[in-house]
Amino acid sequence: MTEQKPNSFRNQPDERGHFGQFGGRYVAETLMPLILELDREYRAAKADPAFKAEFDDLLEHYVGRPSPLYYAPRLTEALRESAPEGMGAQIWFKRDELNHTGAHKINNCVGQILLAMRMGKTRIIAETGAGQHGVATATVCARFGLPCTIFMGATDVARQQPNVFRMKLLGAQVVPVTSGAATLKDAMNEALRDWVANVHDTFYIIGTAAGPHPYPELVRDFQSVIGTEARAQMLSRTGRLPDLLVAAIGGGSNAIGLFHPFLDDPEVGMLGVEAAGHGLDKQHAASLAGGFPGVLHGNKTYLLQDEDGQIAEAHSISAGLDYPGIGPEHAWLKETGRVEYTSATDTEALDAFQLLCRTEGIIPALEPSHAIAAIVKRAREMPEDSIILANLCGRGDKDIFTVAEALGVEM
Amino acid sequence: MTRLAAAFAKGRPALVCFITAGDGDTAANLDALVAGGADVIELGMPFTDPMADGPAIQAANLRSLGRGTTTREVLMIANEFRERHPDVPLVLMGYANPMIRRGPEWFAGECAGCGVDGVICVDIPPEEDPELGPSLRAAGVDLIRLATPTTDAARLPAVLDGSSGFVYYVSVAGITGKQQAATASVADNVARIKRSTDLPVAVGFGVRTPEQAAALARVADGVVVGSALVELVAEHGASAPEHLKSLTRSLAEVVHSATLENHSSLRA
Ligand SMILES: Cc1ncc(COP(=O)(O)O)c(C=O)c1O
Repeated sequence: MTEQKPNSFRNQPDERGHFGQFGGRYVAETLMPLILELDREYRAAKADPAFKAEFDDLLEHYVGRPSPLYYAPRLTEALRESAPEGMGAQIWFKRDELNHTGAHKINNCVGQILLAMRMGKTRIIAETGAGQHGVATATVCARFGLPCTIFMGATDVARQQPNVFRMKLLGAQVVPVTSGAATLKDAMNEALRDWVANVHDTFYIIGTAAGPHPYPELVRDFQSVIGTEARAQMLSRTGRLPDLLVAAIGGGSNAIGLFHPFLDDPEVGMLGVEAAGHGLDKQHAASLAGGFPGVLHGNKTYLLQDEDGQIAEAHSISAGLDYPGIGPEHAWLKETGRVEYTSATDTEALDAFQLLCRTEGIIPALEPSHAIAAIVKRAREMPEDSIILANLCGRGDKDIFTVAEALGVEM
Repeated sequence: MTRLAAAFAKGRPALVCFITAGDGDTAANLDALVAGGADVIELGMPFTDPMADGPAIQAANLRSLGRGTTTREVLMIANEFRERHPDVPLVLMGYANPMIRRGPEWFAGECAGCGVDGVICVDIPPEEDPELGPSLRAAGVDLIRLATPTTDAARLPAVLDGSSGFVYYVSVAGITGKQQAATASVADNVARIKRSTDLPVAVGFGVRTPEQAAALARVADGVVVGSALVELVAEHGASAPEHLKSLTRSLAEVVHSATLENHSSLRA
């Protein structure tokens, strides 16, 4: 392979949906014509000022954007206590947990439902793990009056009851999926099965920056509002760019949404944090750290798999990170070296969760708790005048039962 | 003439039978299909995430993997079949990831070495052909593509380009299993495909009974039956072969004697 340094990291994918060797459109023939139509329609929507105006208007008045950029003084101080003299970066958060429905997922759902309506589709399906994407999808479906079916692994239905009830309140039909380990991967299989049988009227709102092209691209574009806002906010508040961006990675949508607008700022480092579950030598969900390139759910990317290409069951205490794959753009960003990837275990995430509760009065979701766990390690290695900006992509209300159980507390 | 070409050149429609490798006594089950009159064997490669399959074949995949079936064993099953049945074509059907895990050249070479005649990969459309197609063609293994009710006239040439062996027409927009297509729409679509290619066209998805098979055999070069056979394996375990043989026989009787409306051998 010829080693050619791209002069921009922001012009991926190519017209066939490839990010280097990753991405693509690995779907059954039945879906292919629809995938191509979606691609055409997305190009048209992107070029249409009316589409952008409606998207921006909904983000402002329905979702509550822009989300604040917040300097976390007590967390910064707490981490400086154990840092060497003069060390301990300032910690800032992009507060997407304050969005309507409590996570970044809604940004993408607003964009995709506008696309669905533009394409004349009358029924929406989605997969969900933690239930955050399911809730966000059910929310936009209620807002626009479209019927909605959410596929959710039976295991996740059991551990995310509050979100299941929320989806039902919002009028969605929740279908528990019992195949496989009955988690996010199986929910996605079932959503794809529904989709092939209903291509004529159904739009599939994928919840992360993965799946067949153009999903990784369009989800990234809709989520890039996070990084675009944060970049402008940071410049106006501090007159400079951050030194390090940090985000948790399930499929990678909140991370790519934060990172993408900064990719061509060479002074900005980036750290994606995968879920190391019980540990990288045990069951985990860190596909970049422990996986190999392969094909699943419409794209080529790093996957947890055995030597025969059978997909492994992931594990994370965070249902939103409990997936054996990762969006293809992250696979590419890892290979180019532009973004660094690390991981945090269940235990580290639980500690970070409690740390943020007590230092800042913010209960984070377990997903961004993984990002905070990585910050705990990184901040002390960076000088006091440096800036870490992390994506606080979800709030923790949905996780209090899981956390109580993990801490051995009876509720 | 290749084994596949010969199977479709018998002057009558062909019966194509699918079962999942490693589910039950696969060798005995395959022998029963041949004894019952199957013209082409489709051997399913088990995968953890069979996205295009309905409950029956999903369960067969998981049963097989639950017993620890490996890719090497699937290839061994094919290789032993080839030794027992030198003339019956066998194609592997499955998903991309197990096929490309060790590299497409490795897989294609193994297929050729084990006497596999063709490969059907559900999730590699023509757009991603470089992932597998060139390796199979270099190894002399047919790449059998799927055409579906959503494959419109604009796409059909791309689907046919690089296809060989036969064309698998998926009769319903959906997954394998119970729903069935109207014969009239299948006839139109098969005729449309046959105007663009000399390859035989076999029709599958949702074909369960001899009556359905007979109707489709009148409009296509072959009929594929899968879930109904896989269910017999699940239901009867060790005694599955006799049940497979008897269903295959009743399917073969009507398929082989169907009046040939669209059949490729009549075209010349
Ligand atoms: C709050 C939150 N953060 C992160 C994720 C992981 O998804 P992604 O990596 O696409 O941001 C989820 C998924 O459910 C989530 O709910």
